[in-house]
Amino acid sequence: MATEPGPGTAPGPATDPRPTLAVWKFASCDGCQLTLLDCEDELLALAARVRIDHFLEMTPAEGADGERASSYGRGPYDLSLVEGSITTAEDAERIQHVRRISRCLVTIGACATAGGIQALRNFADVEDFLAAVYAQPEYVATLETSTPISAHVPVDFELRGCPIDRRQLLEVVTAHLAGRKPRIPGHSVCYECKRRGTTCVTVAHGTPCLGPVTHAGCGAICPAYGRGCYGCFGPTSRPNLRSMVAQLRHDGMSEQDIQRVFHTFNAASPEHAPVPDLAAEEQDSSRA
Amino acid sequence: MNDRGTRVLRLDALARVEGEASLHLRVDGGTVTGTRLRIYEPPRFFEAFLTGRGHTEPPDITARICGICPVAYQMSACRAVEDACGVTVDGPLAELRRLLYCGEWIESHTLHIYLLHAPDFLGRADVVELARDQRAAVERGLRTKQTGNAILEQLGGRPIHPVNVRVGGFYRTPAADELRSLAERLRQAREDALETVRWVAAFDFPDAVCDHDLFALRAPGHYAIDSGTPAVMTVHGPGPALREFPLSRFERHVRQGQVPHSTALTATLDDRRYLTGPLARYAINGRWLHPVAAEAARDAGLGEPGTAVCRNPFRSIVVRAVEVVQAVEEALRIIDAYEQPPRPAVEVPPRQGAGVGATEAPRGLLYHRYALAADGTLTEARIVAPTAQNQTAIEEDVRRAVQARLDTPGPAADDEELTHLCERAIRNHDPCISCAAHFLSLTVERA
Ligand code: SF4
Ligand code: SF4
Repeated sequence: MATEPGPGTAPGPATDPRPTLAVWKFASCDGCQLTLLDCEDELLALAARVRIDHFLEMTPAEGADGERASSYGRGPYDLSLVEGSITTAEDAERIQHVRRISRCLVTIGACATAGGIQALRNFADVEDFLAAVYAQPEYVATLETSTPISAHVPVDFELRGCPIDRRQLLEVVTAHLAGRKPRIPGHSVCYECKRRGTTCVTVAHGTPCLGPVTHAGCGAICPAYGRGCYGCFGPTSRPNLRSMVAQLRHDGMSEQDIQRVFHTFNAASPEHAPVPDLAAEEQDSSRA
Repeated sequence: MNDRGTRVLRLDALARVEGEASLHLRVDGGTVTGTRLRIYEPPRFFEAFLTGRGHTEPPDITARICGICPVAYQMSACRAVEDACGVTVDGPLAELRRLLYCGEWIESHTLHIYLLHAPDFLGRADVVELARDQRAAVERGLRTKQTGNAILEQLGGRPIHPVNVRVGGFYRTPAADELRSLAERLRQAREDALETVRWVAAFDFPDAVCDHDLFALRAPGHYAIDSGTPAVMTVHGPGPALREFPLSRFERHVRQGQVPHSTALTATLDDRRYLTGPLARYAINGRWLHPVAAEAARDAGLGEPGTAVCRNPFRSIVVRAVEVVQAVEEALRIIDAYEQPPRPAVEVPPRQGAGVGATEAPRGLLYHRYALAADGTLTEARIVAPTAQNQTAIEEDVRRAVQARLDTPGPAADDEELTHLCERAIRNHDPCISCAAHFLSLTVERA
């Protein structure tokens, strides 16, 4: 039995009218790109419509001639999906290259769109982090911050979620193939609860829930499982944080828990900066 | 091409694995003198920022270490916190947790078998190319994977980073009839999984033997998934010997070290190289396979489960396929016996102390330890992931595979062939590189 990869059987670029797709990884958990492989029903159909030219998690081959892929890729690609945030000097260079060889660049997930959970380092001293984890921190090169892709290069579309939603991903790719804008609504998780017919966990049970200030997309999973939303899809465009924080306090969350829940998967989102500390404000005004 | 003189082979980007790594191989006069798996995945510092969080947070946070095995992280995290708080979750809630974990085993193993590993044996670059001439096989794989995901979705809310897991149990437990449709799919998955075992058993396997010690949880009566006692099978000395130690002593036995070429830590077990994952589990837990899985293992040529030890890393794909059958059987058993528990979770009030938790992630043993303050704030977190533990064994496997090829008479190997061989030797272990780079905790011994 052969052990070498067979010659690429795809038609060459001159005869292959399919648009090309590339998938890139920066600092991340791989969950968002895995979402593509989780499209079990659509994977083969999708692969018939686009040529997956660069996707290291799935294939060592690059392009129609099936040459070996490198972490840089050859390009050009019609659509690049980018997962992960920028946390090293080398990656800051690599994203520039990826932008240059991509016609359309879409970020997938909270890491690529908002810096991800690793952006918690932005609020601490990264040297302390390094020392806490490594005995020989000098072996490890890292930047002091974790930044979203849009802080480095222009981005054509940002898909939210930690992880992204499979259906939304398919919508983004399909829209791109059809040359139209993806239909990704910007409203909050609350709308999705209403559509799903889920009883509001806050109204019915007084459960603290970030649904009102969280971007829709997941289909309102948590409330359907009896849990308050913890904001994994990141903020809606203009969240009313003051009334959200007041409501969370009313539902029994401590100031510390409120700060923590906003400081998790989308900690570096500008819409969350700063999260009002109503308890501290009250103290100040009572002192004044 | 000539194997005399010095050759250096650089594999810039390893494909069909999770995460990013490269390999550096050095051959001097026909002898492999260096194999370095360089994990350049940027570190994400989970252990650092877990400190200061609340005791209910580790399951959601640590899930984000790995998109391929989030449940493993959630389960080890829950066990460690519950241990620290002196709470045991048992009965139907424990069974439901195991059901969720079975979903992850089915999904993750099937992903590895069909999408990442089988193309190596069939001479195809990837699953899309494989589907051109083996469409039915690929569809069978995708269908099985989907059934794993269906369990995760039903019980966890979604397959990647499930939302329904909490310290103490779940936010919501399903009614018995909600699981019934899963049982139907699982019966189909059983047929598909058995067919998968037959499919992979017919592949061509290079001869290879590894002599790493084998390390897995052991839970007499069960093929260990979500709990057990650490057990080591050594090869040196007069025949295989098995010994156990309590989980609380894990860090006395497993020592982590750092190497300059990698952002992942490496580990030794009592100062020796070792392997965790399917080959270890099969050697240590084989006698507790469900009869259907045991028969599939026998038919696939793995030998008598419970006594036979498979030491050929290339055959790990067969063991994985048997473990999918096992997970399907186990899931069906749990669903058949399931009655919805009166409460979705037990209370886990915080207290000062430390706790440990370990479970069998698809790729091997995953250990967590947390120290809590009286109000539940984490004061310390340590996580030891399977790939960091396996890194040294993987490098050794690569060395052996390349050396064996160089020692083969006949035409010399060119760089392309060696590159492919190295990649195969690495993929045998399904290394999860994002995990390896994310935890990195270290015991520093300074004289
Ligand atoms: S956004 Fe979340 S799921 Fe996606 S790569 Fe980042 S950590 Fe993983
Ligand atoms: S945390 Fe919020 S956005 Fe994330 S899955 Fe739950 S409900 Fe959806």
